[in-house]
Amino acid sequence: MINIKDLHKSYKMGSNSLHVLKGINFSVKEGELVAIMGSSGSGKSTLLNIIGMLDNYDKGSYELDDILIKDLNETKAANYRNKFLGFVFQSFNLINYKSAVDNVILPLYYQGIKRKEREKTALDYLDNVGLKNWASHLPSELSGGQKQRVAIARAMVSKPKVLLADEPTGALDSNTSSEVMSLIQKINNSGKTILVVTHEEDIAKMCKRIVKLKDGVIVEDKKIKQKVL
Amino acid sequence: MKELFEKDTWQEIFGSISKNRVRTVITMIGVLWGIFIYITLSGTAKGLDNGFEKAFASISSNSLFVWGQYTSLPYKGYKARRGIRLKVGDVEIIKKRVPEIEFIAPRNVRGVFGSSGGNVVRGSKTGTYAIYGEYPEYIKIATSKVYDGGRFINENDMTFSRKVCVIGERTLKELFEKGEKPIGKFISINSITFKVIGVHKFVQGGGFGDDGDIYIPFVTFKDLFNSGDNVGFFMMSAYKDADVVKVEKEVKSVLKDIHNINPDDEEGLGAFNLGKVFNDTLNFVNGLSFLSLIVGLVTILAGVIGIGNILLISVNERTKEIGIRRALGATPRQVRNQILIESIFLTLIAGIIGIILATIVLFSINYGTKDLTDFPYTNPTVPLRFIFGALFLMISLGCLIGMIPAQKALKIRPIEALREE
Repeated sequence: MINIKDLHKSYKMGSNSLHVLKGINFSVKEGELVAIMGSSGSGKSTLLNIIGMLDNYDKGSYELDDILIKDLNETKAANYRNKFLGFVFQSFNLINYKSAVDNVILPLYYQGIKRKEREKTALDYLDNVGLKNWASHLPSELSGGQKQRVAIARAMVSKPKVLLADEPTGALDSNTSSEVMSLIQKINNSGKTILVVTHEEDIAKMCKRIVKLKDGVIVEDKKIKQKVL
Repeated sequence: MKELFEKDTWQEIFGSISKNRVRTVITMIGVLWGIFIYITLSGTAKGLDNGFEKAFASISSNSLFVWGQYTSLPYKGYKARRGIRLKVGDVEIIKKRVPEIEFIAPRNVRGVFGSSGGNVVRGSKTGTYAIYGEYPEYIKIATSKVYDGGRFINENDMTFSRKVCVIGERTLKELFEKGEKPIGKFISINSITFKVIGVHKFVQGGGFGDDGDIYIPFVTFKDLFNSGDNVGFFMMSAYKDADVVKVEKEVKSVLKDIHNINPDDEEGLGAFNLGKVFNDTLNFVNGLSFLSLIVGLVTILAGVIGIGNILLISVNERTKEIGIRRALGATPRQVRNQILIESIFLTLIAGIIGIILATIVLFSINYGTKDLTDFPYTNPTVPLRFIFGALFLMISLGCLIGMIPAQKALKIRPIEALREE
C-alpha cells in the first residue's frame, strides 16, 4: 500500500539546512496497523506529513497504492488527500462552529457528493463510532473522547486507503485512550491500513507493528503481538 | 460559479459569518454607510433639482424681466436721476434688434409693488386683487395654464379693447359660489363690468404673483387705469438654445439706446434674469449631484476596504480552520472561492440594506416636505441605473478586495496550520 524508498527531507533554516529524514526505506501492506515511534525531533511527524501529502520530500520516492506521489501541485494534493487519506489529529481539529455531523460531512462535501447522500453516509459513520445521538451537537458540547471519535468518523467517511493518526490519544486520559484505540483496532480489523504516530509505549503495543525512528533513520522495525482491547 | 447555487456554499458562508456576528455587523456598517450616503445625497440632489424645476415651472426657464428705473448718469443733455418709462413701441424695436427673443410681453400691473389693486365686486361679494394688463403672448412665456372651458386673452380682445378677464383660483373661490361655473359670468373691476373668460391655475415660483391675480387685455388696462403707452415691465423669453446672459445685455443696450440712457449706466434699467438664476441653480444642483457621487463612491470604497481588512483578519484567525479544510481535501480554488463569495456577499447585503435605509430616509423627507411649497424639494429619486451602477461597483470592489484575503488564504499550507501549538 505504502512504498517508501531512500526518502530524504531537509528544512532550510536561514543559511543552515536541517536534515530531518536521512534515507527512509519503509513499506506498509494493506491491512497493517503500524505504530511510528520516536522522540521529538526524530522525524516521525515529518514522515507522517510526507505520507499525508502535507509536505514535499527532496529525494527518494514515495508510492501510495502504486501511484508515485511527488511534486504534486496543491490542487492535485488536495484531491489525493481527499480520496486516499484520512487524518486524525492529536487536538481533534474539528471545526468548532459546525455540528458533529457537519464536521463528518466536510470531506464528502469536497468530493462533490450530493447533499442527501452525504448526510446519510455521515450519519452512518457517526453511528459506527457510537455517536449517532450526538450528531447535532457542537464540538464544544462533546467530551475529548467523543471529539476524537467524531474526528475518526470524519477521517473514515471518504473511504480512504490509509488512515493517518498523529498522536490520536495525546490529549486524552488513559480510559478514553483505550476507547479510541479500540475503535482504531476495530477499523483495522475491517481491513483498513492505519498508521499511528505515538510516543507512548502502551499505545504502540496496541498496534501490529512498531517502527522506531531516531535522528531521521529507522532504527527498529518489528512485528509484535497486538494487545487486543 | 456553480458554487453560488449550492446550499452548502451558503451554509459554509453563514457559518463563518455568524461565528463573528459583531465584527461582521460592524464591517457591514462601513459599506452600508457608504451606499446610504451616496443614495441619500444623490436623491436629495435630484429632489432639489425637481424642486427648483417645479419652482421655475410657472415661467419658462429662459425668461427675463426688464423694467425702467432712475438713471444714475447724465447723457445727451439729460440729467441724472431721470425716471425711465418703457413704452409699448419698444417691443417692435427689441424684436427687430434682438433676434434671440422668441416672445415679448409688455405688462402693466396694479396691486403689487406698492400700488393699490382693483376693487372687484360680484353681487354681495367683494375683494381687492392685483390687476394685470396682458398681451396674448404672456401665456406663452408664463407656463401657467388656463383651466378647460376657458381661454386666455387673444388678439381680438386686444383689437376691440374687450372688457374680459382671466381670474385666479382664489378669486374664483372668493367671488363665486361653490360649484358655480365662472365662464361667461360678470364681475366688476373698479366699477367697470368684465366678462370672465377663463380661470388660470397658479403655480408658485416667479417671486410675485399669486392665485388671486386677474388678467385683463393690455389695452383695456390702459383705458381702466389711464396708463397710456407706458409699460410696467417687459417679460420676454429667449429661444431655448440662446445665451440668456447675452440676451439680457443686448435687450438692455437696445432699450438704453431708445430711451437715451448712458450705455455705462447700471441704474437706468432694472432686470431680473430668471434664465440666469435658473442656470445658476441648475449648475448648483449639478455640482451637488457630482459632489454626492464623489462622496458616495469614496465612502463605498472605504467601506469595501474595511470589509477586505476584516476578511484579512478573519483569514488570519481561521488559519487553522482553513488548514483543516485543506487536509480534508479542499482545493485551493474552493478555499479562494469561499472567501471571495463571503466578501461579495457581505458587500452586497450591506449595500442592499443601505439602499433600503436611504430609500426610507428619502421617502420620509419627501413626505415631511410635501406641504412646504416654499421648500424646493420634490420627488427625490435616484435613477435605477445609478443604483445598479453602485451595486455593480460594490460587487467588483468586493471581488477585488476579497482577492487579498483569498490570496492570503491560498498561501496557508495545511502542515503549518495544523502544527500543534
